[in-house]
Amino acid sequence: MDKSDARGVTRRHFMAGAAGAGALAALTPATRALAGQLGSSGVLGLAEIPDGALAEAVMYALPGKVPLIKKTYRPPNFETPVEYFRTPITPNKAFFVRWHLAGIPQVNAKDWSLSVAGDAAGNAAPFTLAELKKSFKQTEITAVCQCSGNRRGLFEPHVPGVEWGVGAMGNAVWRGVRLKDVLSKVGVKPGAVEVVLDGADHAPLPKTPDFVKSLPIDVAMSEDVLIAFEMNGQPLPHWNGFPARLIVPGWTGTYWVKQLASVKVVTTPEKNFWMSAAYRLPRGKFSTPTFSSQLYAPNEPITAMVVNSLITSLRSGEKIQRGKPIEVRGVAWDRGNGIAKVEVSTDAGAHWAEARLGKDLGRFSFREFALSVPAREDGGRVVMARATSRSGETQVEQLIHNPAGYHHNVIQRIYVEVV
Amino acid sequence: MRIAIAAIAVAVAGSAAAQESKVQLADGPGKDKAMQCVACHSLDYIPMNSRFLDKAGWTATTNKMINVFGAPIPKSDVDAIAGYLAQHYGKPGAK
Repeated sequence: MDKSDARGVTRRHFMAGAAGAGALAALTPATRALAGQLGSSGVLGLAEIPDGALAEAVMYALPGKVPLIKKTYRPPNFETPVEYFRTPITPNKAFFVRWHLAGIPQVNAKDWSLSVAGDAAGNAAPFTLAELKKSFKQTEITAVCQCSGNRRGLFEPHVPGVEWGVGAMGNAVWRGVRLKDVLSKVGVKPGAVEVVLDGADHAPLPKTPDFVKSLPIDVAMSEDVLIAFEMNGQPLPHWNGFPARLIVPGWTGTYWVKQLASVKVVTTPEKNFWMSAAYRLPRGKFSTPTFSSQLYAPNEPITAMVVNSLITSLRSGEKIQRGKPIEVRGVAWDRGNGIAKVEVSTDAGAHWAEARLGKDLGRFSFREFALSVPAREDGGRVVMARATSRSGETQVEQLIHNPAGYHHNVIQRIYVEVV
Repeated sequence: MRIAIAAIAVAVAGSAAAQESKVQLADGPGKDKAMQCVACHSLDYIPMNSRFLDKAGWTATTNKMINVFGAPIPKSDVDAIAGYLAQHYGKPGAK
């Protein structure tokens, strides 16, 4: 891209950002403050979630949780407010909640067991929680769990679904045992292609497809995939999958099956609705890993996350005193290549400077970034942050639109005013 | 997977259910038929997805609920439900 193209792109985006800021300015100051609290993406310099979604959002605390941004009550879908991303580890009480089906049992740990079976499993066996903890080596991993549809509400044109803002994600230290060790114990027969995962949740009506997901056998057998029973040193909260859930670092949340009850090692691809129709992307639009046993349609399953970042220290419309610095801080993450750099611009993308990265908590974790930029002259500034992974993947300027609203990693454009 | 059915009844009877009942749909023809949606999910799914779908969009969504998710809604109600949703939660100016 030559220089004039770069300027052209920047200008178009500046205009798009200005239109967003205009919509925000049309709100009264009181409404704007409320919208900021209730998950408005406009104040974060991103396209706004639908008006109806913003109007419907209230702060509500599920049992054991702090007030989160309510998207829907039943099944419960609750988003984490942006202030909880000002630390690299997301507290359990503030961790987002996402369920597909309204039948969510209160599972008693003593009664719970995990069934391991399937036509490619050597010896089918159930494991109690105590057996899992005792029989296998326990390990910990810090990893981001992000809903495939995080930021769906920011899609333009809008697409139906849970209209998430930026908070359908969280980063935690997960403790559990490796799925690979459990599968090796029962034995994996030649010809195994997928591992099929089912949780204890179910739909109110018997005709609704149960939420069942599958993973490629090589992913299931990788070092990083855990059956986790602890999150940040505590048992998993009920709303996040107590007593055990799958952890698939780098892959989107849809594979992190909660209240895990059954694991099947199979020789044929799983083709229920949640694999064959939902959670799919048009083929070839993203450079994420391919799910080779699921390529029987014009689309393909979503797999691992795209590189992304979130500015947590600024809100659009914020006034900054001249002479004081513009503090640009936030978190960046990707699918496990690790974050190489986060660049910050305070002039709508004309110039970029590298932010200082925080402590490396592991390649699957949030990585903090910070840059302090002097604000010497009065006037409006468009602040942006752009993360790049160690594989060279960077955030996009323009949304890669797709029908179900996945993989939104458009660079934020926050408008601040130096006064 | 279905386990501990009795426990679900307890969960549904909790305070979130009380909150859910505060979600009120707009009054108008077809509302009674749209209320069938509560069999599977809270009504906030409707305003959350507004206002950007036209009647064809709401028809597709209603049909998905019947055909894919098995909602026990008579096919003969689809037009009235989609019409109601388009009227109150549809894309402004769209037919």
